[in-house]
Amino acid sequence: MDRFVMNRRQALLGATAAAGALTMGGLSRAAFAADETVKVGVLHSLSGTMAISETTLKDVMLMLIDEQNKKGGVLGKKLEAVVVDPASNWPLFAEKARELISKDGAVATFGCWTSVSRKSVLPVFQELDSILFYPVQYEGEECQRNVFYTGAAPNQQAIPAVDYLMSGDGGNVKRWVLAGTDYVYPRTTNKILEAYLKLKGVASEDIMINYTPFGHSDWQTIVSDIKKFGSAGKKTAVVSTINGDANVPFYKELGNQGLKATDIPVVAFSVGEEELAGMDTKPLVGHLTAWNYFMSIDTPENKAFIDKWHAFTKKPTRTTNDPMEAHYIGFNAWVKAVEKAGTFKADPVIDALIGVSVPNLSGGYSTVMPNHHITKPVYIGEIQADGQMNTVWQTPGLVVAQEWSPYLEGSKDLIGDWRSPMSCGNFNVKTGKCGGAA
Amino acid sequence: MLMTFFKALATLLFLVAAACAVTSPARADAIDDALGHFAQDKFPETDKGIDSLSGSGAPTAAAVMDALANNRLLFDPGSKQIFYKDASDTLFDAKTGAKAEGVDASTLKKVRLNNAVRSKLQSVGGSMALLAPDPTKRLDAANAVFRSHDANQLAPVETALAKENDAAVKAALLQARAAILATKPDATADQRLDAIQVLKLRGDQDAQGLLTPLATVAPDDASMDKVRTAAKAALSAISMQLAIWQAVQNVWYGVSLGSVLLLAAIGLAITFGVMGIINMAHGEMVMIGAYTTFVVQQVIRTSMPGLFDASLIIAVPLAFLVSGAVGIAIERLVIRHLYGRPLETLLATWGISLILQQAVRTTFGANNKEVGAPSFMSGSFHLGGLEITSGRMWIIAFTICVFVALQLVLRATPFGLRMRAVTQNRRMASAMGISTGRIDALAFGLGSGIAGIAGVALSQIDNVSPNLGQSYIIDSFMVVVFGGVGNLWGTLVAALALGIANKFLEPLAGAVLAKIAVLVFIILFIQKRPRGLFALKGRSVEA
Repeated sequence: MDRFVMNRRQALLGATAAAGALTMGGLSRAAFAADETVKVGVLHSLSGTMAISETTLKDVMLMLIDEQNKKGGVLGKKLEAVVVDPASNWPLFAEKARELISKDGAVATFGCWTSVSRKSVLPVFQELDSILFYPVQYEGEECQRNVFYTGAAPNQQAIPAVDYLMSGDGGNVKRWVLAGTDYVYPRTTNKILEAYLKLKGVASEDIMINYTPFGHSDWQTIVSDIKKFGSAGKKTAVVSTINGDANVPFYKELGNQGLKATDIPVVAFSVGEEELAGMDTKPLVGHLTAWNYFMSIDTPENKAFIDKWHAFTKKPTRTTNDPMEAHYIGFNAWVKAVEKAGTFKADPVIDALIGVSVPNLSGGYSTVMPNHHITKPVYIGEIQADGQMNTVWQTPGLVVAQEWSPYLEGSKDLIGDWRSPMSCGNFNVKTGKCGGAA
Repeated sequence: MLMTFFKALATLLFLVAAACAVTSPARADAIDDALGHFAQDKFPETDKGIDSLSGSGAPTAAAVMDALANNRLLFDPGSKQIFYKDASDTLFDAKTGAKAEGVDASTLKKVRLNNAVRSKLQSVGGSMALLAPDPTKRLDAANAVFRSHDANQLAPVETALAKENDAAVKAALLQARAAILATKPDATADQRLDAIQVLKLRGDQDAQGLLTPLATVAPDDASMDKVRTAAKAALSAISMQLAIWQAVQNVWYGVSLGSVLLLAAIGLAITFGVMGIINMAHGEMVMIGAYTTFVVQQVIRTSMPGLFDASLIIAVPLAFLVSGAVGIAIERLVIRHLYGRPLETLLATWGISLILQQAVRTTFGANNKEVGAPSFMSGSFHLGGLEITSGRMWIIAFTICVFVALQLVLRATPFGLRMRAVTQNRRMASAMGISTGRIDALAFGLGSGIAGIAGVALSQIDNVSPNLGQSYIIDSFMVVVFGGVGNLWGTLVAALALGIANKFLEPLAGAVLAKIAVLVFIILFIQKRPRGLFALKGRSVEA
């Protein structure tokens, strides 16, 4: 019975999604006619499980493009957003990407959220030689010529968060729970963190690693395990790479079992203002998050951005979050690179993007590095009763991304540098050879 | 670890002493000095400010601490003056305690908190409350000291102990003292032995955490031999006890998970189990129930906030009606035309589920919606070594009520009788004058309505998002099929069995493997007994 239901279900999901996508594609193609526009692809899920996070990114792209057009467009041409809906269906991401590039002629695409969706579109962007801007923090261990990673690599989020907790300010944490959802991002991040913690002298018995399925909702056992692990007389913290939907029941259980931030703080890498908007945050006050941007950051740039966002969405309560800032940086960097290259063609723009520096929303400048990642400040924030973060610590300057983690056996000798003559995403400094497609 | 702790402690003592020494000459200086720290906007300074404030004896000290803890302490970045707001948002000067007139509150900045400062506030506030007139406050304060086991609190605890005459508070104070003595670096062997006795009686994880370092304390010091042996003995006694409680706790968690499974599946037990309709939109009925709860709470929040604690009770009948009505509409418009064609029903209801999901997404947005917990469903309490969260307990109670009510409807009402008649032999029932079409619609409405009620309960533990239903549909089918199609008792037993099995496997194999193991088990079980745990016997099987 179950097997039958499941198969049927998946088949149906595919069929319905494909049907929906067809209509969507038809609509968007009918919507433009003029020659003086240049198309920019927006590849974010507007239905299915990831819609919760990705819909906002579609909106922010529309806002950015709209704003650029008001300033006169790019190279004298108006930009036009081509929005497609890959419906949280990974293979469909690749199909939609192909459609965007070869049918609609999008010169650059802003999209994807989950790592698996990014991996699914990689071959398409390589084959058709186009540009993807990927705005979400991820596990690293990748450096592709056609992709610009505007989210954080592990050393721009996870490692500084652990450093903070180890410091006196963060409570001199000695015992660690690494809790995550069972897929590639938490697994890789936790592998890096485990290696890093051991390097810092943390014993194996002081690290507890726990994985849960997607959408896990019954956290009773795990929270009580964490409690038990934390009562061994050493200061304990939880590093959470728990994904989206499972967070609400997790935090609810923490609150119900009375696990306070002053006892065992939880630092989360996937919980932002957007996720907190659907939660009663009073029991969570003091738990931590690590990001490169908070809505609460007090700079004129950020204030202007939030005002524009509220005006654009006509909702004064909409939150902003880190991946939105990543798109803001990515889009502005792309505009600048296109102007620098004087063309929309992919190859010159890819070359021109390296070294481009644009303002971020926290009062500094983010620069696109030769490894196609950007420099970012890192902020640790405490969750407040109003669902906003209060910055308790930040890196003194900008952090350069380590796309290949120096703490993992397989990647510590690799570097990525897409400037000629190296032009390689995984150059091995020991053997002096480029690893080729990775 | 211990060394850094000692160092921190020593610095702290020194700071307190220094603060006292500097500030004792004149009170005005003391408060100025203390408040000066708060205006620095640095966490270590705020920490120092708390120390000097608590030592200053200033009349506004308590109010300032309270404001700081509640994020209502403000400072003027220009003049470095400190203000605080009370709960009604009135601004006061922190130095004089007088109302602050002519100050523009929007130019003021909040004095920020972090976890270190928050812990400090708790422990300082704890010692202040140890002598409070209200015994529950004293109990909380004693427990706070137990958790922080800050050596500075030893003297206040001793003072409080001498005056205390409430037995429960006294016990808590004794444990707090034991916690301090167990961790205090310069405690004597006798003090430690006393502490070990008290902690052994407490016998929980916190006691275990405090005793573990004592089992290996000062290995070179022979006078501590007794302490080490006593600590080891106490630890092994505690771990025995904890292991037993652990098993009980697992059963409780299992029952709790089982009740959630049962609640999600019980509506399906009617539509699928009794009526034989493969209803893929069942999960969406649950989701509609959860969204009804959200709407009810929204209305209550905006128009009658006093009723918030009753919001769930109000939501239950409404969710039943809304989901039930949607169910009846689906049955009348779609399913009725597809009876006897299970494949088409499956496809059609799957399509309906997608439509409902996207409809909710368009109306309410893709984001999670916040459904608050009424006060009686928040928090947890201890029952021996068992930690029971109130929310889960009420859900179990609620599930039992729903189950009993449903049994009553099916067994003791004319509608239940007709429904059973129709499912057992449709043509015969029709010949006896029962309008089978009407009964079908009502039965489907009943199943959907109960799914809606489940949504009210699930809104307390899960995300209220358009995807809510999807995460329960597979589990629900699993429970109904495992329990035996068409048998409510089977559904009950299956839900509890799967819940408990899952919770016993989880600590051993991890959540992911536990789930897989349970699935594999069910697949094998269905091979052996295709009709589930409790197969219906008789003619209805052939239907």
